Amino acid sequence: MIVAERKPFSEILSMVEDYSKILVIGCGSCVTICMAGGEEEVKLLASQLRMAFRKNKRGVEVEEAMALRQCDDEYMNDPVLLDKVRAADIVISMACGVGVQHATTFFNRIILDKPIKVVPALNTTFMGANLDVGIWEERCVGCGDCVLEKTGGICPVTRCAKSLLNGPCGGSSNGKCEINKETDCAWHLIVERLKALGELDRIKPVEPYKDWRPSHNGGPRRIVREDMRI
Amino acid sequence: MKSGSNLESLLEKGEFVVTGELGPPKGPDAEAVKKKARMLKGNVDAVNITDNQTAIVRMSSIAACKILMDEGLEPNMQMVARDRNRIAMMSDIFGASALGIRNMLCLSGDHQTFGNHPEAKNVFDIDSIQMISMVKTMRDEHKVISGDEIEGDFKMFIGAACNPFADPAWYRPLRLAKKVEAGVDFIQTQCIYDMKRFKEFMKQIVDMGLHEKCKILAGVTPLKSVGMARYMAANVSGIIIPEEMIDRLKGAGKGNAATEGIKILCEQMQELKEMEGIAGIHLMAIEWEHRVPEIMEMAGFLPRPEV
Repeated sequence: MIVAERKPFSEILSMVEDYSKILVIGCGSCVTICMAGGEEEVKLLASQLRMAFRKNKRGVEVEEAMALRQCDDEYMNDPVLLDKVRAADIVISMACGVGVQHATTFFNRIILDKPIKVVPALNTTFMGANLDVGIWEERCVGCGDCVLEKTGGICPVTRCAKSLLNGPCGGSSNGKCEINKETDCAWHLIVERLKALGELDRIKPVEPYKDWRPSHNGGPRRIVREDMRI
Repeated sequence: MKSGSNLESLLEKGEFVVTGELGPPKGPDAEAVKKKARMLKGNVDAVNITDNQTAIVRMSSIAACKILMDEGLEPNMQMVARDRNRIAMMSDIFGASALGIRNMLCLSGDHQTFGNHPEAKNVFDIDSIQMISMVKTMRDEHKVISGDEIEGDFKMFIGAACNPFADPAWYRPLRLAKKVEAGVDFIQTQCIYDMKRFKEFMKQIVDMGLHEKCKILAGVTPLKSVGMARYMAANVSGIIIPEEMIDRLKGAGKGNAATEGIKILCEQMQELKEMEGIAGIHLMAIEWEHRVPEIMEMAGFLPRPEV
């Protein structure tokens, strides 16, 4: 899933302090699961904002809303939600960066009588797994050319601090990465896994230079599935 | 000859070589490079010029190599994968070659979080093993890696590093084998202190026949003090300093640790010279260049052989 963290309150407040009708929209997918931008977090942020404005003695309305997925028209095209957006001066999206951008585009496509400003409440951090309660770790950088079959199901592009493709650097120590003793050395894990699988020969040849074109390397990537187009 | 460098010629002749190391200044001071170069001249066969080591901004390796050459020494240009993509690397390697640089060392590079600009974005377009392969393609196929022909002659003696003490220990000989497979001509190892463990490592290398496919230079660094030894053992990945070595430094008494450190180093150098599979020494006397003549004399490695 996409993992995100909420921005510090002071930063969010500074984005909206000149407005008087604020709408906070949560997202019901990834950021709900990682507890950064779901219904509970919307409630919390909205009350923090109300309290801050009450302290400033400014009459500010803070509304709350949810969309199941802010990255998909289907879940955004909700008349109740759109009415709330129309009534607001500014929208705080608690979705990931995808949701914030999609909300901006979608609302401005549907609502034509005034421009809609959408600001982010989260820092979108990575695509990762939930390792334990309250712990998430990055697992995929979306390089567009998956090598996991060769590397024992452990991604060196994502999990090696240098994205090395040909084995562990000289900084691997006791299974940990030299840049952070909390982080496993990805290549240590890979060579041990391949050894266990009896597949060490797989990484004997020099891995060719990576073609970074399918990665984030030239503007937004796009997929068009002709079989799904009508 | 692959490069025509002195380093290559001496190794081909079977001479036991010694390379030194010089870190360029944190600024444009050419005199600083010249000063260190003069201390090393006549005492080593080639000098590694580091490439922003520990990710701290310094004068470029290429420029410092040129200054070194003008002083009459032969450089071994280090290049890291951290700061350049393949385009910049090949371009800089052409530039280096045009200036007469004939040895280079292909490295991954210390991660930028260790340096003075931890907020920088790293590159790591290709890794150190791919860099070896890239330079070999340029030299032997006379092409850049896209397949386009190179204009003009290109020669280079291709080096790489090896840390025998990093983990997983069992994989380290296989990693060296991969560098050989990629086409490396010579290897310089990380600083060796644990001679027993290094001997075990070299036995595996010799059993695999890797010492016949590339020249292996054993890396050494003098210990200046007990504090330095303790610091390195605790903070530098892949550095193992045996307790008995630290005890020797302690036993030398106040003010004598540096002399004892040099004595230990000279003993190591002599032992390494006799070790099967070792073709030379890479002497990293970091910020101790002025002691190199004395070290080389004491170790019995002077005068240096003529090409």
